[in-house]
Amino acid sequence: MTPAWNVRTATVVLLLTALPLVPVYTRLAHDPFLLTLFTRIVIMALAAVSLNLILGYGGMMSFGHAAYLGIGGYAVGMLAHEGIYSGLVQWPLALAASALFALVIGALSLRTRGVYFIMITLAFAQMAYYVVAGIARYGGDDGLTIYKRSQFFSPLDLSNKIQFYYLCLVLLYGVTYLVWRLVNSRFGMVVRGARSNEIRMRALGFPTYRYKLVCFVIAGTLCGLAGALLANHNDFISPATMYWTRSGDLIVMVVLGGMASPLGPWFGALVLLVLEEALSSITEYWQIILGPLLLLIVLFARGGIDGLLRTIGGKRA
Amino acid sequence: MSEPLLRVENLSKRFGGIVAADGLRLAIASGELHAVIGPNGAGKTTLLAQLSGQLRPDSGRIYFDGRDITALPMHRRSALGVARSFQITSLFLDLSVLDNVALAVQARCGHSFRFWRNARAEPELREPACAALERVGLAARRNDLASALSHGEHRQLELAMALAGNPRMLLLDEPMAGLGPEESARMVEMLRALKAELTILLVEHDMEAVFALADRITVMVYGRVIASGNPADIRANQDVRDAYLGEQEVAHG
Repeated sequence: MTPAWNVRTATVVLLLTALPLVPVYTRLAHDPFLLTLFTRIVIMALAAVSLNLILGYGGMMSFGHAAYLGIGGYAVGMLAHEGIYSGLVQWPLALAASALFALVIGALSLRTRGVYFIMITLAFAQMAYYVVAGIARYGGDDGLTIYKRSQFFSPLDLSNKIQFYYLCLVLLYGVTYLVWRLVNSRFGMVVRGARSNEIRMRALGFPTYRYKLVCFVIAGTLCGLAGALLANHNDFISPATMYWTRSGDLIVMVVLGGMASPLGPWFGALVLLVLEEALSSITEYWQIILGPLLLLIVLFARGGIDGLLRTIGGKRA
Repeated sequence: MSEPLLRVENLSKRFGGIVAADGLRLAIASGELHAVIGPNGAGKTTLLAQLSGQLRPDSGRIYFDGRDITALPMHRRSALGVARSFQITSLFLDLSVLDNVALAVQARCGHSFRFWRNARAEPELREPACAALERVGLAARRNDLASALSHGEHRQLELAMALAGNPRMLLLDEPMAGLGPEESARMVEMLRALKAELTILLVEHDMEAVFALADRITVMVYGRVIASGNPADIRANQDVRDAYLGEQEVAHG
């Protein structure tokens, strides 16, 4: 890759350097709320990156991706409720539970196409929603307060907001890099090929179902990690985390940011959550403004924000 | 005479009442360009589908290099060296030209559960892909998106994908379909060059191309072979004239 100095590169570099500086700013400006907002943005960007793997690169329109946020979150919450606080137990379990859920849903839903795939992933996620809403021991509908954040070895303290922010940020950078490697590997080329022309892939001799299923499970697992972070961030987890509108939010982030672009989900999460925050402080009917705004971006910037930046930059990278 | 590279015996295939192959016999010697012609619905594409493994015959046997491949699935046959191009162009339009061919190479390199190394930087995939593009004359367009290519170039790309795995035998389904005269001529030149290196089975409606290229021609009507021989024999064959070839086409050839 030859980096051409254009608008897009500038934006990416700005974003990559600005994010680690957020705590410095909030410290100087005495604005702890901004840090909370950005922690949330980073966590949701992580979830969107995982969705981008299957939606953007794999063409799998999953409408149930928030389920993993809930599963990862509940793994942390339930274990904490039972007195198990070690992150070394909670987090691997959160990932394993998400992976297992993804394996079951994927194995069934990937046999279908198009609208049916959307409906089945949606149905499974809603099932998970109603199941946790029905477990009275863990708060049911009202959710579950987490009194102690996940505990790791001594210097790392998740209840320190700045440390927690940096942990989330490092994981976001790491997972984004991981996904980037993945989609450019042989495995990733098969997944992209299957999105582009699945029949031809099979004619070439690729058993596409297996590759898509593995991709689906990886995406679910990574989103489970975001769920574990989110529960710690909110000190709370409730069924609402996995409600279908939350899956919709994740899709909006991916589409808005730019599908099949490595950093697209970052842009998407950032813009959506900042807009949400800014508009809701102006009016309580902020969604009336946000809706048309999103519509405009999707209509006029195919390829989302990342596509827009490329067009402004005038150079196709 | 030595064993033919491809031998088809008593191949039969029906779709309900339609007979697509009826006791079909065919032998293609190594190094030969063998054309199969016949009117629409003669079962030519079905024959290719059965040879490539996309369809199972109802009865009959297919031997490739002396080995019975009748029951082998498509990817096993392609591993043995049988490559097929499609009549209706079927490409990865949103990937680059080189990526298209590299995927065809990758299909032949065992499983693809490799998650880390950059596939676009693997010489193992890129070099054979570039070589195949070179052979069909598309090397200069390797970094363009497949969707940016013209119809004729799509055909060339399709051919490059078939060549990518270094096959021993090419099954070509109407490579001239929809090409303009100039593009057709280029395709004929390309096939003439390829025929020196591998065995080709060509299904084609363009009689000019068929008679220009073929070493042997088989004529199919309603799933049966009505004649098989060298171009001169076929041109002279009265059955073929009656059944299929118009006088004009014969004179033209």
